[in-house]
Amino acid sequence: MLSKRIIPCLDVKNGQVVKGVKFKGHEVVGDILDLAKLYSEAGADELVFYEISASVEKRLLDVNWVENIARHIDIPFCVAGGIKSVADAAKVLEQGADKISINSPAIARPELIKELHDEFGKQCVVVGIDSFYDEQSDEYLVYQLTGDPNASSRTRYKTQDWVRKVQELGAGEIVLNCMNQDGVRKGYDNDQLSQIRAICDVPLIASGGAGTMQDFADVFTSSHVDGALAASVFHKNIINIKELKQFLATQNIASRLCN
Amino acid sequence: MIAIINTGCANINSVRFAFERLGVTPEVITDPQQLVHFDRAILPGVGHAKVAMERLTSSGWNAAIDEYQKPLMGICLGMQLLCDKTAEGDINCLGKIPGVISQLDVKDLTAPHMGWNNLSECIKHPLTENINSDDQVYFVHSFAHAVSSVTLAQSEYGQRFSAIVAKDNYAGMQFHPERSAKIGATLLQNFLNWQL
Repeated sequence: MLSKRIIPCLDVKNGQVVKGVKFKGHEVVGDILDLAKLYSEAGADELVFYEISASVEKRLLDVNWVENIARHIDIPFCVAGGIKSVADAAKVLEQGADKISINSPAIARPELIKELHDEFGKQCVVVGIDSFYDEQSDEYLVYQLTGDPNASSRTRYKTQDWVRKVQELGAGEIVLNCMNQDGVRKGYDNDQLSQIRAICDVPLIASGGAGTMQDFADVFTSSHVDGALAASVFHKNIINIKELKQFLATQNIASRLCN
Repeated sequence: MIAIINTGCANINSVRFAFERLGVTPEVITDPQQLVHFDRAILPGVGHAKVAMERLTSSGWNAAIDEYQKPLMGICLGMQLLCDKTAEGDINCLGKIPGVISQLDVKDLTAPHMGWNNLSECIKHPLTENINSDDQVYFVHSFAHAVSSVTLAQSEYGQRFSAIVAKDNYAGMQFHPERSAKIGATLLQNFLNWQL
């Protein structure tokens, strides 16, 4: 049976892993490779690296650390940060990344998704979506450039519309960052994730809000997502990945148990 | 000495690094005439079958792979290219491993089949040494080889399919051993140990 994936997310800035709350106030967590090794040895199923300042600074991420990760890590990993073209994506994939994830550049130019799909295949094109729940309108709205609070802005898309569009263009996986939950550890946004799951035929990864092991169990059982991404609970040693997977197994959630 | 056939696809580095972690240094080769000088070889592959097959044919790899008599293993799309034909682009492949590649019938599951899944029904073979039926490996694919007499291990996603195949000196793994943690390392070591 296909296992539900546990995916630590490493936000990268100036060559180090950082973490903020609600996308603001970033503090240094540690070295990229040290953390990647730690998590993969603990049983992480996949890793995601976001170079958070790349899109804001209108440049491609620094590909030098990507090769170092590929050399030492034996689980799949996805890289994001300012990938705006097929040529950019090729540079990242050639270093050994398994997938690339695009977010703000896809909003600026949606055809990019199709171009990446046609060149590299659906399986390595991940689209990240930063979705904000707007209380006034009672709607989920797509935001962009969330790596920097000064650059972050609302886009023309409602989340559901954008989810449909990126699938039509060839996205192979969607990571839904529920911005209201980011870094506050109060649980995943299961209402929103369930709504998106209903219209999402490709793998869907939940992001934002993990605080307890039960939060992971809940998002898998109630929202039927394929994977759950988290950062601060792993960075701050609140949840141990090995224990988390054993916990999920006791809840009859398919997970990969490592020795 | 082990060769990695350079098919111009993106995951060559991942495969190379995985062997380097096992203490061997593969050589990435681009000229089919070099192949015969190596003890064993890997045919990696990601992307679209038709594009990859055209690339192999136009660079003259067909004959070199056909005449090769030492262990040669395809990974993911590389495995599919070693089979008779594929529905992806409806093309003939290298024909070294019996069987055709069809679209995976995922039923109501999401496609592609992406993530960690169990190996099952492992048949005793040098390639399945120290592998148990509940071990998990990392898959990313939409097409698959139906279970047959050349299947060494199966997996299931909507339907059963071949996870590992072997015929004579040719073998294939549908998943990515280079990205399958310790189990993947064991499988690659098995390939290095495989004596015909």
